Order: sequence, then structure tokens, then C-alpha cells
Amino acid sequence: MTGQGRLAAWGIGLAALVALPFVYRDPYHLHILVLILIWSFAYTSWSMMGRFGLVSLGHGGFMGIGAYVTALLWNHLGLSPWIGIPISMAAAGALAMIVGYPCFRFRITGHYFVLVTLALSGIVLQVITATRDYTGGSLGYTPNRATGNKLLALQFDDKITWYLIALAVWLFGIVVWHWVDRSMARYALEAISEDEDAAAAAGVDVTAEKLKITLLSALMTALAGAIYCQYQMFITPDTVSGIAVSLQMVFAAIVGGLFVSLGPTVGAIITILLAETLRIGFGTKAVGWDNLVYGVLLVLFIIFLPKGILGSLLDRLKPQRKVSRAHEQEAVQIARPGA
Amino acid sequence: MGMQAFLDIFDIYLLEAVINGILLGGVLALLALGLNLIFGVIDVTWICYAELVMIGMYAMYFMVQYYGVSYFVSAPLTILLVAVLGAALHYLVIAPLLTAPPINQLLATGGVLFVLQSFATVAFGIDFRNLGIRLPVLAFGDMNFSYARLLSFVAALVGMVAVYLFMTRTFTGTAIRAISQDRQIMALMGVDTKRIYLITSALGGALAGLAACLLVLQYDVHPFVGLSFGPITFLICVLGGLGNFIGGFIAAFLFAEIISLGGLFSDLEWGYVLAFAFFIVMMFIRPAGLLARRR
Repeated sequence: MTGQGRLAAWGIGLAALVALPFVYRDPYHLHILVLILIWSFAYTSWSMMGRFGLVSLGHGGFMGIGAYVTALLWNHLGLSPWIGIPISMAAAGALAMIVGYPCFRFRITGHYFVLVTLALSGIVLQVITATRDYTGGSLGYTPNRATGNKLLALQFDDKITWYLIALAVWLFGIVVWHWVDRSMARYALEAISEDEDAAAAAGVDVTAEKLKITLLSALMTALAGAIYCQYQMFITPDTVSGIAVSLQMVFAAIVGGLFVSLGPTVGAIITILLAETLRIGFGTKAVGWDNLVYGVLLVLFIIFLPKGILGSLLDRLKPQRKVSRAHEQEAVQIARPGA
Repeated sequence: MGMQAFLDIFDIYLLEAVINGILLGGVLALLALGLNLIFGVIDVTWICYAELVMIGMYAMYFMVQYYGVSYFVSAPLTILLVAVLGAALHYLVIAPLLTAPPINQLLATGGVLFVLQSFATVAFGIDFRNLGIRLPVLAFGDMNFSYARLLSFVAALVGMVAVYLFMTRTFTGTAIRAISQDRQIMALMGVDTKRIYLITSALGGALAGLAACLLVLQYDVHPFVGLSFGPITFLICVLGGLGNFIGGFIAAFLFAEIISLGGLFSDLEWGYVLAFAFFIVMMFIRPAGLLARRR
């Protein structure tokens, strides 16, 4: 596809997406679409780091901070989400820096990095549970209903508004993904993911590059958490934070395809439709079944289709386009610690 | 309450917390040993390790509480079951991924974490269950120690000594240690690496099974119980240095003390937060692990 053709396809696709809720108004289907868009944005945020071999299982923590800080500031201080969301993003970003800096500075990579970030999301979950006097603990938390200006409170009753907000946020994620994809940082990070020492020798500031992409990824993930909270108006530690949410992000990104911009979106479509189908199919007995299927699929995907559905599909469609880069051969490749 | 009275109580509680920390450290050290063993030999991290413990706890619950089997008969059966699970995990998930990038193996065990958690949810429901065994509380001076913790500590030590003896006194144990030093050359020396990997995985599973038998005495079992001690075990292994048995042992007791003392001031969860903060600080001081030599 030529550059212009590609742009035209995006334009038509977007116009169709914007027009959709005005033509088709089934509230249940719109609800599913909003969820898909919000989670797509979260998964895209994760894949910003993930595609460069920075496998973080701490993103559940960032998402939880985004959701809870925004809601807590609104309920306790009456601070509008318009101010609360930037504060919650800053909090998540600060945490990402505190954990990321020593990790990157002291070359904590591979298994070590995964385990440290895994513990991070576990700890955020523990904190939310421990501060149950404020956060409601594992019973969940509801932002107060706005009495005054709905726009100021970022609370809307109709699905169409939420659909358009979610669409804008999702589009923002895709644009940022492409922006990184075309930046110098991408080449630096690819070099780092293939050989950290060689990249450093070639003049790449390894710590700074990793920190930048981690910060960006954490900020976006916190935003996803805040938007999710504003839309659902109910959050629990298990749905927006913790290890399970982190793993869910990795899973969806891998299923869809890590190395293409729409991969995480495809992953979100597949996983959410799967969960919904199972939920409806099993009724109330569905508790647990959807995750059971998730887990089995994740294992199967990693073993048999490490490039994901969209990634493998694109490869098959245009085999002559390019020789895939070495780091794209597998789902994620990172330097072994000490290697 | 006067300041002096407060200090008197505080001291007794402090000593009690210190000793409880040591007792908790035993089980954490056992878990760290299992993870380190698998990492050291196979170069894989099972992030579903705590979920294997959870399955073991359910096995204990059903045997003891539901079928009325004696605790001391159920324990070896549970250890055996989780050992088989460990071997199966290796055979079904890790073995096909041995040549894949290490992170893929780790993520695959993340999938297994989902499977085990949701299996438990589907099969056993989300209720909290406990053995219903009330072990006596040991009074020592003004301090109270739970007999269950003492028993766990002793059993964990015995388990670790057994692993040590196995690793140093048997041919298989020696082969396991040799493989952890050089993965390629041992295959050339005629050691069947596949067999060694399976045995190691079973051993790692058995340690998780033993931990399950001990933890079920102190904690209720539910599908997400693994989340309350999984993260701390990972931190212990990273701080001790993955694959470093002695480092893991020391780190386990350090963390247990922090959690226990932190829990003294408020909820147990804050102990975890304190432990995590300590971990971040330690990363600056000794980034390659507690016992690592400086490069």
C-alpha cells in the first residue's frame, strides 16, 4: 500500500468509527466497544515498552494508581478528574522512575526485571487492600456521583459520549505508537534490546532511553486506568491492578502481535470478545472459566505463535516486504542477565 | 496509657515480632530454595510457583477436612502431588520452550498462573477454607508463639537440610549441581539433561508441596492466596541473586523480619510495602544481589 493509500484507509476507517454510534445504538454493543477501546489503549501502552524487550509485569500497578488516585482525589478532596488524572499519571510516572532508574542503571534485565516489576504490581495491590479505610479494600470503590457539572466531573450517562472519548484516547495511543516508531528513540531501543553493551558503545544512553520509554508507557497506562474508572464508576483492586491485570496486558499484546501498531487492539478485541462470550455462555458459572481459557491460550500462543495473530497474518500477506528484524523473530527477546 | 507502660508492652511485642519473623523466614526460605533450584538448573523462573503452593494447600484441605485423612498421611501425598505437578509443568510447558528466549518461558508460566488460579476458582469456589485444626499457642514468658509457626520453621529447616544432603551426597544431586554450572558440557559428559531437568522440576514442586503443608496450618486457602506470598518470594530471589541458594536463604530471613516488624506497627500489608521499599534501596547498594561480588 502506498503512503497515500494507507492514509486514505485510516481516514475512511476512522470516519466509519466516529459515525458508528450515530447509526447503531445498541447500548450493550456500544458498552463492549468502549471497553475494547479503553483496554486497547492500555495494551498499546504496555506494548510501547514490551516491543523493545522491556517486559514489565508492573503495569497493573500503574493502571491501579491511575484509577484509584483519580477516584480518591475526587471523593475526598472534590478535585475534578481534569486535575486528578494528571496528578494520578504523575504519581504512576514517579513510581515508574523510582523502580525503573535502579533497574536500568544497574542493568537489572531479563528475569530480574520481570520479577521486580511483578513484585511492584503485587505491592500496589497490597497497598490498595491495606488502605481499605479509604479505598474500600477488595470490596471495590465507587467515585461519587456528580451533583453539578457533568463535564467537570467527567461523568457521562450516555454511551455515545463515552464511545467518542474512548475512541479519541485509543487514537491518541496509536498516534503515540507511530510517533515512537518513527523517532530516533526506536532505533536506540532496538539496538539496546539486541545488545545493550554494543548499543552503549555506539553512544546510546541506555539508562536514559529506557527511562523515557518506561515513563511514557507508565503515564499512558495510568491514563487508561483513570478513564476506565470514570467510565465504569466502579473499580476493585483485582480489575485494575495487580499481577492478573499485568499478565492480561502481556497476554493480549502477544495474542494480537507486539510489533504492529494495531496488534494490541486486535488482542483486546479477541480477549474481550472471548471473555464476554464465555460470560454469556456460562452465565453465572463463568467465574474463572474465562481466565482458564485465557491461560491455556496464552501458553499455546507463546509456544506456537509467538508473533501473535496480526503479526503472523501480516507476515504471511507480504512476505517480500521486508526481512523481519532479528529481534522480531520471537515474541520478545531480551539480553540474558550477565550475558 | 503512660509512655512507660507503652514501652514495656512495645519491647515484649518487639521481641515476639523478631522471633515470629525468624519463624516466618523458614517457610519463605523454603519457597526461595525451590525457585532458586529451578532457576539455577533450568534457567527458568516459574512465576506460577506460589500457585503450585495454593493447589497443594487445597489438596491438604480436601484430604484432611473433607476425607478425614490424618494430617501426617496427607502431607507426603500432597508433596508427591505437587512434585508430579512440577514435573508436568516442565514436561508440558517448559520443555517445548527450552530453545525459545527465556522471557517466553517465563510468560508461559504466567499463563499457567492464570490456569491454576481459575481452575481453583472453578473447582473450589472463592470461599476461604481452613483445616480447622487449632494448634495450641506456646506461651513463653509474656510472649505467645503459635505452635503452627514453630512446626513450620522446624519442618522447613528439615526440608532444606534434606535437599542439601540430596544435592551433595547423591549422584543425581551432583549432576544437578554440575548442570547448573555448565549446561552445555554436561550433556557431552553423558548426563541425561532431560532427566535431570524433570527431577529438578519435581524437586522444586516437592518443596512447594512441603511449603503448602506448612502454610495451610497458618493461613486460609483460597484461589488467590498465592498472590499474598508470591511477590515476596520473587523479591527474595532477586535480592539473594537468582540461583544463589545461600543468598536466597539470608534474604528470606531479612524480608521475614521486615514484614514481621512492619506488621507490628500496622497491618501486615504495610510490612510488604516496607519490604519492597527496602528492596528498592538494596538495589542501589547491591544491584547484583545480596551476596554477589562487585564486578
